[in-house]
Amino acid sequence: MNVTAAIEVEGLVKAYGETRALDGIDLEVEQGTVLGLLGPNGAGKTTAVRVLSTLVKPDAGRARVVGLDVATQADAVRAVIGLTGQYAAVDEYLTGFENLEMVGQLFQMSRRDARARAAELLERFDLTGAAKRPAKTYSGGMRRRLDIAASLIARPRVLFLDEPTTGLDPRSRLGMWEFIEGLVTDGTTILLTTQYLDEADRLADRIAVIDHGRVIARGTADELKAQVGGERLEFTLAVAADLPRLRGLVEPLGIEAASLDEPTRRLTLPVSGGTAVLRNALDRIADSGIAIVDVGLRRPDLDDVFMTLTGHESTETTTTQEPA
Amino acid sequence: MSLVSDSLVITRRNVIKIRRVPDLVVFATLSPIMFVLLFRYVFGSAIPLEGIGYAEYLLPGILAQTVIFGSTVTGGALAEDLQKGLIDRFRSLPMSRAAVLVGRTVADQVLNVVSIVVMLLTGLAVGWRAHSSVPEFVLALLVLLAFAFSISWLMALVGLVVRTPEVVNNASFIVIFPLTFIANTFVPTDNFPTVLRVFADWNPVSSVTQAARELFGNTAANAPEPDAWSLQHPVVYTLIWVGIILAVFVPLSIRQYEKAADR
Ligand SMILES: Nc1ncnc2c1ncn2[C@@H]1O[C@H](COP(=O)(O)OP(=O)(O)OP(=O)(O)O)[C@@H](O)[C@H]1O
Ligand SMILES: [Mg+2]
Repeated sequence: MNVTAAIEVEGLVKAYGETRALDGIDLEVEQGTVLGLLGPNGAGKTTAVRVLSTLVKPDAGRARVVGLDVATQADAVRAVIGLTGQYAAVDEYLTGFENLEMVGQLFQMSRRDARARAAELLERFDLTGAAKRPAKTYSGGMRRRLDIAASLIARPRVLFLDEPTTGLDPRSRLGMWEFIEGLVTDGTTILLTTQYLDEADRLADRIAVIDHGRVIARGTADELKAQVGGERLEFTLAVAADLPRLRGLVEPLGIEAASLDEPTRRLTLPVSGGTAVLRNALDRIADSGIAIVDVGLRRPDLDDVFMTLTGHESTETTTTQEPA
Repeated sequence: MSLVSDSLVITRRNVIKIRRVPDLVVFATLSPIMFVLLFRYVFGSAIPLEGIGYAEYLLPGILAQTVIFGSTVTGGALAEDLQKGLIDRFRSLPMSRAAVLVGRTVADQVLNVVSIVVMLLTGLAVGWRAHSSVPEFVLALLVLLAFAFSISWLMALVGLVVRTPEVVNNASFIVIFPLTFIANTFVPTDNFPTVLRVFADWNPVSSVTQAARELFGNTAANAPEPDAWSLQHPVVYTLIWVGIILAVFVPLSIRQYEKAADR
């Protein structure tokens, strides 16, 4: 195995009764990179994070964090990781400052270091004003930020973030992204689960899509998008009745048949050749009198990847191959 | 990893909660006051005792009952920590495995100390006095707290297994309430039906109470020697129970704590 891998996972299995939450997962995350774990609800993302952060013992398979086995060397693993679970785990009766101070001390920092670091992180996460208030009085987003700050207190080498920006407002989310990027620049390895595909697109060096406890696709965001398909033209018309006429005009420019969607008054045409095709198409329609509401050249985004890979109830029959 | 320093950090966290949640202190102080007053004046008027006033007879018993109930909060508090995800947080930290439980059981005794002080003051107000030396008096308090501490560990296991604070609280009430009444806590056991009397004689709640009575000097001068060995040697008998309960429930609770996140 690669010596620079910060996280190595082989054939990980965890069953809860009949449910195989993890059904043989393999993952590898290089040091200083971000792996985005995507998947629908119940796919096994949280379970994977809980196994890797030593909370849950796997039924089979192996997982190592910076070379340490999560099952047999749990204490050593805990010293180098930070965990932000899916639901904020802060002590409601302690103030924000006291929460961080406590976690710092339990990371075996001296009280002085823990306090200094707590103040620094509260500042960083815009919580200084609320530092002296019990966390009970915090809003959901404030709790979330406090929880993330707690996981960063000892400057972990490997950080597990389970849906870190769920519940954050757009400004906080952007701030969190910048912060995460800063951590990566400093060499932190991050495994992040998310439901926001723009988040994975922006932060993750590599992405693994899991469903029913298995990895069904992996690669960089671009590789995954390429798997789903190339670019296409999309037209939205004012009246659906014009769709067949539009198809007659533009379909010859496509590389496959166009698809029509009456309810949204939309025509989608797979193409290749970029903006030249778009210009060409507009020329052809120019004198037709068809009223166009919106037109564009679209590339697949991670939403398309996600829908294509996990859209069907039965993903066992997925035809997606995993690139190396 | 340091058991002692981690336990102190957790104890501090739990004591902060005691300070910030007034209900806890109110419950820990008001209800003992109420119990002392109720028993002193309602039962006290109906229970004639030879050679000793009811206030002096009552206080050690009610202290025993109160600190035992005080220890049941351990279970509910741990169940709450589990529900709120705090145990997950702690389990992911490079800290001592026992510290969360040690910090919890110790902090709950802090609350018990508050209750004890309030009850002693209330006792003084209604006619209770200690007639012993300072070391004996202190030993009495230590025996009470040692027994309460061991019950805390028993409740820790219950809380970690049951995982629902409300259920833990109701369940412990159903078990602890009879245990503290089928004893010599409030009335002499001489007239109990035989089965209940034997149970009461060997019930550690009786020996805790008896130990406190003797060490406070709250026994009648001409009281006959009790029949049961447990009540002839109440301090030793109580400490044997403390030892057994701790020997069983400390390891079981720690093991359960380690597994608690794995669900
Ligand atoms: N403690 C548990 N007991 C029983 N089943 C569980 C437990 N934890 C998880 N599961 C099951 O394992 C599967 C994976 O759950 P997991 O929480 O890992 O999914 P997830 O990908 O994080 O989903 P979400 O996006 O909703 O957070 C689900 O079917 C879930 O019901
Ligand atoms: Mg989840």
